Amino acid sequence: MNETRLLFFGPLREAAGGGERLVQLPDEVATPAGVIDWISAGDEVLAARLAQPDIRIAVDQKIVDRDASFDGAEEIAFLPPFSGG
Amino acid sequence: MTIAPASFDPDAALARFRRANVEAGAIASFIGQVRPGDANDPTESLALEYYPGLAEREIENFAADALKRWPLKAIEIIHRVGAMAPGEPIVFVAAAADHRRAAFEAVDFLMDYLKSEAPFWKQEKRASGTRWIEPRSEDYADIARWRDGERERKI
Repeated sequence: MNETRLLFFGPLREAAGGGERLVQLPDEVATPAGVIDWISAGDEVLAARLAQPDIRIAVDQKIVDRDASFDGAEEIAFLPPFSGG
Repeated sequence: MTIAPASFDPDAALARFRRANVEAGAIASFIGQVRPGDANDPTESLALEYYPGLAEREIENFAADALKRWPLKAIEIIHRVGAMAPGEPIVFVAAAADHRRAAFEAVDFLMDYLKSEAPFWKQEKRASGTRWIEPRSEDYADIARWRDGERERKI
């Protein structure tokens, strides 16, 4: 089974306790919403942060809906509201 | 489009852009700089992080959108990442066109998109502590101006 790199940016990096995690997702975890449930099980702080609708999710560098299914993602990024410029 | 990991010179960038577009009748530009903060709680530094790969692609996408919306000759975008001191440039945007309205509007549009549609995050360090900058409601209102065909190409 391939590893998936989870990336947490900005304030989410602090909530996740680090910017990057290498994980082996179970086969049945195949949507961003499923990944959120899986990684935030037992972590109420992270669960609350990731549940906020203004968090965007990119699967393999493409912003997708939370219920968009993927097949073998290499990289999943959790993106809090942007503040560039 | 450039993501700059170290300090850049926006004056030189503008001079280069102008020389490359001498046939343009109008050039508009914008420079964003790190604010000094409050007198009693000054900003010590600003740290800007980004998502490499996605940031470049999102910027290319809305730059291409600007080129479709307005009759532009060229666009330049430079965005800093990393640690910056007050007064340092964060962002430089310039647009060249035959006439001023297209150049002004394109720069305004690009800045609105850079503020809230490109994966950058700012963290401000002050004497009182460190905090992440949240987008303001004005930022969302600004970007909404360009949606739903409210601003058709009028030039």
